[in-house]
Parts: sequence; structure tokens; C-alpha cells
Amino acid sequence: MFPSAFEYHRPSSVQEAVQLLANNPEAKVLAGGHSLLPAMKLRLAAPAALVDIGRIPGLRGIQVSGDGSVVIGALTTYLDLLDSGELRQGYPIIAETANVVGDPHVRARGTLGGSLAHCDPAADFTAVMLALNASVKAVGTGGERIIPVDDLFVGLLTTSLNPDEIITEIHLPAVGGRKLGMAYEKHAHPASGYAVVGVAAVIEIDGNTAKSVRIGVTGAPEYAKRATAAENALTGQQLTADAIAQAANVATEGLGELNGDVYASPEYRAHLVRVMTRRALTRAAGLS
Amino acid sequence: MAETTTAPAKVAVSMTVNGKQYTAEVEPRMLLVHFLRETLGLTGTHVGCDTSSCGACVVHMNGESVKSCTVLAVQADGAEITTIEGLGQDGQLHPVQEGFWEMHGLQCGYCTPGMIMTGAALLKRNPNPTEEEIRHALEGNLCRCTGYQNIVRAIQYAADKMRG
Ligand SMILES: Cc1cc2nc3c(=O)[nH]c(=O)nc-3n(C[C@H](O)[C@H](O)[C@H](O)COP(=O)(O)OP(=O)(O)OC[C@H]3O[C@@H](n4cnc5c(N)ncnc54)[C@H](O)[C@@H]3O)c2cc1C
Ligand code: FES
Ligand code: FES
Repeated sequence: MFPSAFEYHRPSSVQEAVQLLANNPEAKVLAGGHSLLPAMKLRLAAPAALVDIGRIPGLRGIQVSGDGSVVIGALTTYLDLLDSGELRQGYPIIAETANVVGDPHVRARGTLGGSLAHCDPAADFTAVMLALNASVKAVGTGGERIIPVDDLFVGLLTTSLNPDEIITEIHLPAVGGRKLGMAYEKHAHPASGYAVVGVAAVIEIDGNTAKSVRIGVTGAPEYAKRATAAENALTGQQLTADAIAQAANVATEGLGELNGDVYASPEYRAHLVRVMTRRALTRAAGLS
Repeated sequence: MAETTTAPAKVAVSMTVNGKQYTAEVEPRMLLVHFLRETLGLTGTHVGCDTSSCGACVVHMNGESVKSCTVLAVQADGAEITTIEGLGQDGQLHPVQEGFWEMHGLQCGYCTPGMIMTGAALLKRNPNPTEEEIRHALEGNLCRCTGYQNIVRAIQYAADKMRG
């Protein structure tokens, strides 16, 4: 099926792109197109214009700087993430997750920036970037700013980006001397492959203790959120199966009303959040 | 607001398909699969769904497998495309095509072009896949007939043959 007609723009710089967005309030950014085009084909979305950022130079690729912090270009595809030896070193959770997004064809086209900007309630990398304490660089006509991913997701398919802003980069803090354990657990919908529930856990491990804990949950809440009650319950504790089970038990606290559909009721999703939080923490702690 | 009757400007695209260069003016909303099937007459690439789910439309774009129903023709401007028609070389079947023949990897054949293009892309990245890896690579391709067993065997056959 065809999308409805639209004007097509292919800017060659970020500045040109944000100017086009500012001048066309009806325009939408097109990155990999693997959320936007399916919606347009079903006429769930019918933007009057598309601003195709896919060829803007410098927006694709992974850079690790001297201090170990990482900059990922917004147009970096899942396949690029999967293939990156550098990321596998400090952040194995990224390849682990990229490998379970959609299918090989989706992974060849879909972009990390697009996934975060789209804020799909069943996306995978939203939860992972929350757990990794990532931030994004957003560029608009008014200049650029850094938005922690903690402040990026604000509602169903809704971010705190302004309409004329484009995500250009995703930033990850350096691992440095820290010992980080991390894991992503996904219960995929058997037909769509999207996350019914996904839980990403990152633990800073000090000896045998959880010095800090970050947990991102997708699929169950209205949009990806942190499971702060579980994070708090485990922080400062010895990493034992008991401590992890106790933290996982409170994983739904603070997530708000949970999603429900014919496949999974809110109660079932709540159960999955607890089980998968336990599994993700267990693996992140190196106990499995 | 009154319906506007002026169609958005057409856009010139040029791409290499199965080694041959093509140039055309297209509506921005034209999907790559329709460009291949209708503009170029390459009907080996199929459309099996409206939801980007089935993989019947898989082609190679700059070496990677993509769902051509979820790429705009304008996004493929300048790209190298290979379709099922261009997979075999010099009148010889590609080993994955031969595998589907030998191992009965198809029944109605509707999903087959996409399955073959997916298998060929997999073997380029991973010449020696496990059965699990083959099944993982087929997650974006649906077959309503075969039950997948013989599709997996067809790809295994090709992997064996290509490794010699
Ligand atoms: C069959 C199928 C299966 C899928 N399965 C999964 C899955 O299992 N898990 C998962 O997480 N996702 C899945 N996806 C979605 C996929 O990951 C998308 O690629 C991703 O959600 C969006 O990235 P994109 O580059 O394709 O963005 P697009 O579709 O191009 O854009 C999506 C939205 O974000 C905006 N946007 C894009 N890039 C930017 C930017 N840099 N700055 C500002 N705004 C921007 C666009 O305007 C649009 O509103 C699936 C998709 C398909 C078709
Ligand atoms: S026609 Fe492209 S995925 Fe079904
Ligand atoms: S052979 Fe009929 S759909 Fe696969």
C-alpha cells in the first residue's frame, strides 16, 4: 500500500534540516523509516512533508574517545551496533540488544536515533539507554543541547524534543575504572517481535556489592521508564540471589498504569517485569 | 481545508539494479518494491503484506538485505540493488536457489524470493551458520506453506556447497 502524498526534502546538513523543520510545521524527520513508513503505509500517519536526514554526512558511526566515553551517531543502524567490536568491549549489552530488534532487514535500516526519537512503548533501546545513563545531543534552530535520556521520554510516542529539533548523537559515559555488569532480557511478542516486556539492568559492581544500579523497563509502562524502587532496593547490597529477588519483587512500583492487550494483560506484564528484572539483574551481577 | 490537487514534485532517482543502471522520475511516496516491479518490470520481488512483516519483498541494498516495501525509491537513490532476478550468475543458479530446488524449500513459492535473498545475505555474513542462527535470520520472513524445515535445510545445503 502507498503512503499518502508528501513533499520530499533531502537536506545535506543538519542546519538545513532543522530550518526545513522550522519552516514546515507539518513535516516529519525520516531516518531509517522503519517506524514511520509502516505507519504511513497504513495511513496512521500522513505528514505533508518528509525531511530525509539519511544522507547527512557525519551522523552515522561510533566513536570512542580517549577517556572511554562513546559517541554514537543518530543514523547508526542496529547492524552497525551489532558489528562494532569497540562497543562490545565496554558495552556488550548493546550488541546483545541489537541482535534481538526486529529481524535482519529491520536491523539493516533502523537507527538508534530513530528508535529513541520515536519512543515506541515496545522498543528495546529506550530501556537499554535508560539503564546505560545515556544522553542525546539535540540540534534545533535555536542551537544545541544535551538531554539525558532520563528526561527524553515523556509519554506514549512522545519525547521532550522540540518540533524543530533533531537528535544528532547519543552519548554514553565512560566505563573508566568501574566494573559494570549489564544484561537485557526481552520477552518478544511471538508475532510482531516487539517487546511485550523488556528489562535492561546495569550494575556497578564493587567487590561483591552493588555500588549503583540502573534498570530500564520497556513494554509494560506507557513509555520506557526506570524501575527506581528496584534500583534503590539493591543499591548498597551484597549481590546475592536473595537481594536480587527482593529488588525484583518491587520492580513495578512507580511504573504507573501498565499496558494491556489481547496478548498480555497488565497483571501478566507486571509478572513479566518482576521475573525479567530478576533475570537481568542475576546476569548483570554475574550470578548465572 | 480544500483538497489540494497539485501533486508533490516528482524526484529523479537513479540506481543500479542487478548490475544495470536505471534512471527515472518518481513520486516521493513510491516504494522501492513498486519501483522494481512496476517501473522496471522486475516482478520476482513480491508483496505479501501491508505491515512490513512478511519479507516477501526482501532485496539486497548496498549488500544488506532490506524489505523493499519499507524503503522509499527516493531513499534508494544511488544504491546498488540486487533482486532475485540478479542473484544467479551466468545462467547458473545461486547455491541458495539450488538448495531450495534440491531440498524442496518451497511449495506455493510466494515467500521464496524473499527467503532466498535472506538466505544469501546470511551466508555472506556468516558462511557457517548453526541451525539456530539460520532460524534467527529468518525471523522477518513468513512462509504459510512449508513449516520452514526445508527452508532451513535449503540454506544448510547452500552453506555446505559454498564452503566447498
Ligand atoms: C517489522 C518490524 C519489526 C520491528 N521490531 C522492533 C523491535 O523488536 N524492537 C524495536 O525496538 N523496534 C522494532 N522496530 C522498529 C525499528 O526499530 C525502527 O527502526 C525504529 O523504531 C525507528 O528508527 P528509524 O530510524 O527507522 O526511524 P524512522 O521510522 O525514520 O522515524 C521514527 C520517528 O522518529 C523521528 N526521528 C527519526 N530519527 C530522528 C532524529 N535523529 N531526530 C529526531 N527525530 C527523529 C521521525 O520523525 C519519526 O517520527 C521494528 C520495525 C519493523 C518494521
Ligand atoms: S511485503 Fe514487505 S514485508 Fe511484507
Ligand atoms: S512456499 Fe508458500 S508461502 Fe512459502
